Amino acid sequence: MKAFTTLTGIAAPLPMANVDTDKIIPARFLKSISRAGFGKHLFANLRFREDGSENPDFVLNQEPYRRAEILIAYENFGCGSSREHAPWALLDFGIRCVIAPDFADIFNNNCYKNGVLPVRLPREVCELLVEDAKLGGNARVTVDLERQVVIRPNGEEHSFPVDALRKRLLLNGLDDIGQTLQHGTQIDSYEAKQKSAQPWLAPA
Amino acid sequence: MSVQKPRTLFDKIWDAHVVDTLPDGTALLYIDLHLTHEVTTPQAYDGLRAAGRRVRRPDATLAVVDHNIATDDSRRTGIVDPESRLQVETLEKNVAEFGVPYIPLLDDRQGIVHVIGPELGRSLPGMTIVCGDSHTSTHGAMGALAFGIGTSEVEHVLATQTLLQKPAKNMKVQVDGNLAFGCSGKDIVLAIIGKIGTAGGTGHVIEYAGDTIRALDMAGRMTVCNMTIEGGARAGMVAPDQTTFDYVAQTPNGPKGETLERALAWWKTLPSDPGAHFDRVVSLNAHEIAPQVTWGTSPEDVLPITGIIPNPEEAADEARRAQLRRMVEYMGLTPGQRLQELPVDVVFIGSCTNSRIEDIRAAAAIAKGRRVADGVRAMVVPGSGLVKKQAEREGLDRILREAGFEWREAGCSMCLGMNPDKLTPGQRSASTSNRNFEGRQGPGGRTHLLSPAMAAAAAVAGHLADVRDYQPKEALS
Repeated sequence: MKAFTTLTGIAAPLPMANVDTDKIIPARFLKSISRAGFGKHLFANLRFREDGSENPDFVLNQEPYRRAEILIAYENFGCGSSREHAPWALLDFGIRCVIAPDFADIFNNNCYKNGVLPVRLPREVCELLVEDAKLGGNARVTVDLERQVVIRPNGEEHSFPVDALRKRLLLNGLDDIGQTLQHGTQIDSYEAKQKSAQPWLAPA
Repeated sequence: MSVQKPRTLFDKIWDAHVVDTLPDGTALLYIDLHLTHEVTTPQAYDGLRAAGRRVRRPDATLAVVDHNIATDDSRRTGIVDPESRLQVETLEKNVAEFGVPYIPLLDDRQGIVHVIGPELGRSLPGMTIVCGDSHTSTHGAMGALAFGIGTSEVEHVLATQTLLQKPAKNMKVQVDGNLAFGCSGKDIVLAIIGKIGTAGGTGHVIEYAGDTIRALDMAGRMTVCNMTIEGGARAGMVAPDQTTFDYVAQTPNGPKGETLERALAWWKTLPSDPGAHFDRVVSLNAHEIAPQVTWGTSPEDVLPITGIIPNPEEAADEARRAQLRRMVEYMGLTPGQRLQELPVDVVFIGSCTNSRIEDIRAAAAIAKGRRVADGVRAMVVPGSGLVKKQAEREGLDRILREAGFEWREAGCSMCLGMNPDKLTPGQRSASTSNRNFEGRQGPGGRTHLLSPAMAAAAAVAGHLADVRDYQPKEALS
């Protein structure tokens, strides 16, 4: 996983609430067996018309947002299906940070596992960022994970909360399986205890 | 000796599964059962291979195919779509390589992962259960802590049989009173989502309580817990009781004899203690719930069947007005239109929400002696091969076929637009599934969520209809 430290980039405004993971990547594109290549299907139903041509009204089809690295949206971003293909598609497109008032729980977890940072900021700040983002390439937004601040193009800073463990893993680009395996002895003893206390857990 | 603080059902299962706690309070939580399917696992097995890791507990893992597969006879001659076929073949290769038990497509026990877990007796009270699928919340109906995870977490569970988790907050949804005529678990959960909103449970685990929930059979409880994720909570649960224990006792793989007795002794200690703390409590009166239908593109946009399409301009703020305008346009509706006037093209009875034998009985009871309206395609997709066989033993397939319904093979089918069963652009469906998102059942498809009985009523009426006007003409024999 790529570490996330500081990101300064173009932010795309997507001022919608309840952006669900079917919208981020429809199920018909979940058939790949690799993690790569989902970016071309990101927001497919919004980005492309029925005949496959680009919908010029959709923000990610417009300059400079084709190069967006940050997405600004509203409440409950990433609701619905648990598909990790949603952050994979964002990342593959080039988006490494989503800023919204709140995120659905599973999507939130999935982002952290892939080096995508979900940033929670109040609705009114998100509305300001949407206005900034509409200014396009001249209005770059900075996300500083170490300091936990988002910096608007005018220099105004807004701090955001982030879980300490997740922050450490993300700053260092660490995957957590290796870390968990350091608890192998405790897992072994838990299993031994459970085997005798709860024999019904062994399938018939 | 100190007196232990009263604990919730969630607290008790959580506490029993903490292997270790990290300095920041994150728990290493042991997972008792890991259910898997073809869509969210290939990248996880790749990760294991790349790191030279094995599956720690193949015996606590179960794999099945459900999302990609056809639900007609074509499944017997192989999967047509090359990408779908590759995904299924990849699962088969992975389970063979890593020694994971697998239920193949043509096995009678094959079905939707959230139907077969409880049905086979693999999902049990007190367990922690995960699956790379948000509707894993279904298994909470067993009195288990069950939630959906992403593919990285699937890999983590395969490798370690644990997950790193922060404890959720406790939320109680209390439903009391007799369920009104024509209503089911589906109507309860839609009404709950309408009340709390699609993000109402975010960060929480919901325990469903109250005499209405107690009176539900296991299928009804599974429907309620299934759609918990549509209310934002990753897990929904119902305390195990005699209904649960009787259900477990008749499953093929559940514990038996002395082992069952030992399990029961623990399971009976699981219900929330009197005075246990809930961070949030929401109450509903069951007799105020009428048969529900969604009209918009989020499950929270739900109304009683007697309702009318709202006027977006009457919403409180501009953001909501814009959202509602988009919904009305996408769904092809007119403000002020009666829900019952909306003609349907497709009726889908199935999905992990509503494809159990009780759901099929409810649909067949309405369909018996009636005909699917002209121009409507109505399909019934049992949740598993075992459900299908049971329905056929009861003659439900005959009733449904005679009424003009298609009787299909088990799978996720038209719930998610990933296999051959899809809506075409502009088609309107009455669907017993769980999500009415734009394009969920196929690009441009328009989904109205409702109960199996309401879906059957829509099929015979040709439009969304009030099931209370379509009561059974004759009893199911």
